[in-house]
Amino acid sequence: MVLKSVIEAVREALREEMQRDPSVFVMGEDVGARGGVFLATQGLVEEFGENRIIDTPLAEASIVGIALGAAFRGQRAIPEIQFSDFVWPSVNQLIGEAARTCYGTNGAVQVPMTVRIPYGGGIRGGLFHSQNVETHFFHTPGLKVVTPCTPYDAKGLLKSAIRDNNPVVFLEHKKTYRLVRGEVPEGEYTLPLGQADIKRPGSNITAVSYGLTLHYCLEAAQEVAAEGIDVEVVDLRTLSPLDKETILSSVRKTGKLLVAHEDNVTGGIGAEIAALVADEAFEYLDGPIVRVCGPDIPTMPFAQTLEDAYIPDTAKIAAALRRLSEY
Amino acid sequence: MPPRKPRARVNARNNGGAAVAEASAALPAGLSAGDLSDFYRRMAFCRAIDERIWALNRQGKVPIAASSQGHEAAQLGSLLAAEKDGDCFLFPYYRDLALKFAAGLTAEEVMRSFMGKAGDPYSNGRQFPLQGADLPHKIIQISNVVAAGLTQSVGYAMACKMRGEGTVALVYFGDGASSQGETHEAMNFASVHSLPVVFICENNRYAISVPQRKQMGIEEIASRAAGYGFPGFTIDGMDFIACYEASREAINHARSQGPVLLEMRVERFMSHTTDDDDRRYRPTDEVEQARLRDPLVSLGKLLLEQGILTQQEIDEVASSALAAVDSATDIADAASPPDVSSLHQMVYSG
Repeated sequence: MVLKSVIEAVREALREEMQRDPSVFVMGEDVGARGGVFLATQGLVEEFGENRIIDTPLAEASIVGIALGAAFRGQRAIPEIQFSDFVWPSVNQLIGEAARTCYGTNGAVQVPMTVRIPYGGGIRGGLFHSQNVETHFFHTPGLKVVTPCTPYDAKGLLKSAIRDNNPVVFLEHKKTYRLVRGEVPEGEYTLPLGQADIKRPGSNITAVSYGLTLHYCLEAAQEVAAEGIDVEVVDLRTLSPLDKETILSSVRKTGKLLVAHEDNVTGGIGAEIAALVADEAFEYLDGPIVRVCGPDIPTMPFAQTLEDAYIPDTAKIAAALRRLSEY
Repeated sequence: MPPRKPRARVNARNNGGAAVAEASAALPAGLSAGDLSDFYRRMAFCRAIDERIWALNRQGKVPIAASSQGHEAAQLGSLLAAEKDGDCFLFPYYRDLALKFAAGLTAEEVMRSFMGKAGDPYSNGRQFPLQGADLPHKIIQISNVVAAGLTQSVGYAMACKMRGEGTVALVYFGDGASSQGETHEAMNFASVHSLPVVFICENNRYAISVPQRKQMGIEEIASRAAGYGFPGFTIDGMDFIACYEASREAINHARSQGPVLLEMRVERFMSHTTDDDDRRYRPTDEVEQARLRDPLVSLGKLLLEQGILTQQEIDEVASSALAAVDSATDIADAASPPDVSSLHQMVYSG
């Protein structure tokens, strides 16, 4: 095993899939000679040429719309949206068109398209380089939504996403790109979409999260473990399909649920998981379902104090775990 | 070489007669009498079913319809060019009933689609009529969001080029869609990569109720092509032969050199949809004047003048179209709706 960063794992997955399948191609802003602003596609134009690593005009609607049209013809399209904050011009093509293509053609047309989107904050990105956009796609049937938090997961899930015949929104938390390193095995492997992963087993409280916040949950769990609170940390890995069984079986075991995410609290993934558990595991609950999420303001602000105040970090999660442990 | 300027260019209103007279001098190369009688027949069937669908809406049997009456020469002229070419893929828009029917559906399939019955070939009753995909006839139209199909058609053409295929994408849209940002993005990208796309704007001068003068500051949408660096032409969209010829040349150009914009000047004979009443915003005599240039009548006259069909044969086409529509209506009316169990199917593929 070799230690790699998330961005290296993403690049490896892209390279391997492009080597494996000539129909795979990448398009986006600065993905060519620049190698992408985060260097996810570094070296790929040299290896695969300009016909498969396509630098596009700065026009997100057409980046997704053109990728979608190419997918209609059976090309495995990997459009890149440079920052999640810039996805909005393309949302009609994603939510309006791609998500409805299979259903709206009664299964005749498939969409082998993976839209890669760096998202999330904590990097002083302000309102337009920090956005959490996942809830909008999570809410949309027809899309799959993937949110890896480790290099190992990022590589295995991205390879599966590329091979999937449905539109996948692949969300890479940009703060994990270089901050999070982990073991990535040499050679071929994939991870199934729709399968959560228990990143830390525990018996007292279930903490459900994804992306960067998952790491804060692990740190918080470590912190409260010294106080005798044994937290099980469930990494959703894919928001859609949602692995309901892993969530429910964990809550049935621990009797307590905390959900943490960077996206705004209202109407978010945490709200849906709370409803799921209330519906299907109500009688197992020994305490309230607690959400530690971004507040309901339009994205975390630029100033350090304000950004810190926004982020559901280790301290906030640990405090919530302590409160919950008292029930 | 860009395609030469199509012959029957619109210069003034109500000159359809002159255009037809000019066309009747000789059939263009590659166009046979059989092609014309075949497409006259298809156009007559399209008109008959279009009129019936409107009536069925008033009877409460068709929830919604957009008519292509007045657009048939543009739609079928370009379809004939695509068929002659043999390797085109079509991205129509919501007013392309005639195009979609004439591309190969039966009247019964069309009626099932309009009534939302099982056996709707486009979406099995999920979508508005004839919306979704008809892959056997190489057609995709995902949505009603105007211009969304333009970027998709450009991507489709790019994919074909990547795969070493010679397919040309024909994408249809109205003057209304020409205002969308994605129209610009699609044309710009197609130009950068010299993609094989023919942009066909069926300009009826109305975006529902908004007239062209409130949509844009120019007279000819085709003039925008210059800004993208590819050729654009304004065609008399009421002239079947002109639409065929321009499309044929545009397809050849698109395959060898890159995109072309064809603005086909058409007339919308009916309201925007069955839910609209154009008397609220159109001058009363405008539609009457437009109907003097009816493409079905013009093509019929041409066939008579050329001695391709007799008046009796033309009458027989009309009566066989009515009979086919009658039968299709009865079958579709009695057909089952989609099974409710299909509600949850095909959200995802595989």
